[in-house]
Amino acid sequence: MNNIELAKNLFHKEKLEQAPTRNGYGEGLVRAGKDDENIVVLCADLSDSTRSKMFKDVFPERFVEMGIGEQNMASVASGLAAMGKIPFISSYAMFSPGRNWEQIRTTICYNDSNVKIAGAHAGVSVGPDGATHQAIEDVAITRVIPNMTVIVPCDAIETRKATLAAAKHKGPVYLRFAREKTPVFTAEKTPFEIGRAEIFYKSDSKKTDISIIACGPLVYNAILAAGELEKEGVGVEVINSHTIKPLDEKTIIASAKNSGAVVTVEEHQIIGGLGSAVAEVLAKNHPCPVEFIGVRDRFGESGEPEELIEKFGMGVGSIKEAVKKVLNRK
Amino acid sequence: MSLSDERIKFLEEKANEIRQDIIKMLLEAGSGHSAGPLGMADIFTALYFEVLKHDPGRPDWEERDRLVLSNGHICPVQYATMAHAGYFPVEELKTLRKFGSRLQGHPHRTALPGLETSSGPLGSGLSQAAGMAIAARIDLSKEEGSSSDNPIWIYCLMGDGELDCGQVWEAAMLAGKEKLYNIIGIIDRNNIQIDGFTEDVMPLEPLKDKFESFGWHVLEIDGHNMEAIIGAINESKAVFNKPSLVIAKTIPGKGVDFMEREFSWHGKSPNSEEAEKALAQLRTLQGKIKSEHE
Repeated sequence: MNNIELAKNLFHKEKLEQAPTRNGYGEGLVRAGKDDENIVVLCADLSDSTRSKMFKDVFPERFVEMGIGEQNMASVASGLAAMGKIPFISSYAMFSPGRNWEQIRTTICYNDSNVKIAGAHAGVSVGPDGATHQAIEDVAITRVIPNMTVIVPCDAIETRKATLAAAKHKGPVYLRFAREKTPVFTAEKTPFEIGRAEIFYKSDSKKTDISIIACGPLVYNAILAAGELEKEGVGVEVINSHTIKPLDEKTIIASAKNSGAVVTVEEHQIIGGLGSAVAEVLAKNHPCPVEFIGVRDRFGESGEPEELIEKFGMGVGSIKEAVKKVLNRK
Repeated sequence: MSLSDERIKFLEEKANEIRQDIIKMLLEAGSGHSAGPLGMADIFTALYFEVLKHDPGRPDWEERDRLVLSNGHICPVQYATMAHAGYFPVEELKTLRKFGSRLQGHPHRTALPGLETSSGPLGSGLSQAAGMAIAARIDLSKEEGSSSDNPIWIYCLMGDGELDCGQVWEAAMLAGKEKLYNIIGIIDRNNIQIDGFTEDVMPLEPLKDKFESFGWHVLEIDGHNMEAIIGAINESKAVFNKPSLVIAKTIPGKGVDFMEREFSWHGKSPNSEEAEKALAQLRTLQGKIKSEHE
């Protein structure tokens, strides 16, 4: 039973449209640019792969090509925001917010600048390019900065909504995207609000045994795992916690109180990511057993996205195992 | 437009008052940078009292010129000049670096109206100035019948030591590429940084050639000569289609003989004995005006 509307054929992966989340960024930028003439887009020599080119093609006078200079790009954006513009800066997450972290901290967040940072190609699912290009620390380094909002959308439609919401939100926002095509499993009508987690799946069983809290395209794996677990008699609630900061504490605490055990799922280092954020909240408000799906303090490597997701223990099978493990700790 | 002798004298006296306040506020704070602020007092005075289109009563006036201080550690000179220009009471200068003060050890934009940015970590000011210049250009192109005769000018004050940062050159490239004529950069060429002389730590010369090769119009001046400072800025405004840079040769610690050119004074404040000596020197212009009182 779904509380909210998602794509039809939710459990038939082969019938779902596949699109990279970054596509939603390009679409969202164009829409935001039409709605508000203050939207300006900067890109560091990656306008095609970040999809910022879609904006450039429509609004060339509001697009600035920065070359491979992410540090400059962050501070230029701060200057644009100081003059009332709403700049989106686009690159790979490894370089922005990776390479330009201090510029983001001082010139964007300390100034409380209205700048949006779009980090594409995050996670190990970047694939063949290998560890140097697989950002798996970006959520940790952005959520630790005051004034910052951090959003990890789960599919291309949600990314478009997140981009539009970020444009309207006042203050710095980090948006994280993936490279690979992933299932488009939300619908136009699926609600999206910054700071509000949504219960994407709830088993029909009378009681909920486990809360799975996930973000990004792995929310889909969490739903597939929930479907299988339900058949095995486990009552599951899957929460799409797209906003890592500010975290929807209310929804998370309520779910944990109801189920008594939690598994977090993210394509990021376990240290400092969604799992850490959830654990911080639960430790204070409702201590209960938690298992963490994510990268275990190591670097990524080359391979096909699917292979890497499996190898790093983020596949459907690994999520099910984590659920069983945490249920035994209850 | 040339300045009257009377006006020049007013500006020089104002700069001297600002230097005295810099010494007083650093003594009160017990820490902070001495040499840089004293060296830049003439340029800050020229900017706030002669050059900038601004209104201290309306720090958020949209049409104002923007002054981006990139080397935030010299903020005592900016605070002192802003106070004298009327942004806040001169009395408040005594709160520098203290708990609850709007005058943070390094500038914080949201703490003090009139500051255009927060700075401290070096090398990012020129990028922010470039962003402001691009925004001003986008706005100008939207207004019908507007011309670039009276744009919002973006002033970016930088130290020479921070030119070691790669980001400065990323910004310099961008400003050249985008022909950001509304940027006027001013480099405090005082030749010192924390570990010694700039040419020993990390040689910058030929600095003029470097910026020219990046597409900038570059002027070199004596940073203590009011006419030269204001003349260079006027010349910069007349340059078409290029960002301008004024390399201002300054004496760190200017006005206090035992601080002048001494890089040990880069990052420390005077004790009471040193402050007394410094203030006596400033009041008498290093002994030059003693005759008036004898």
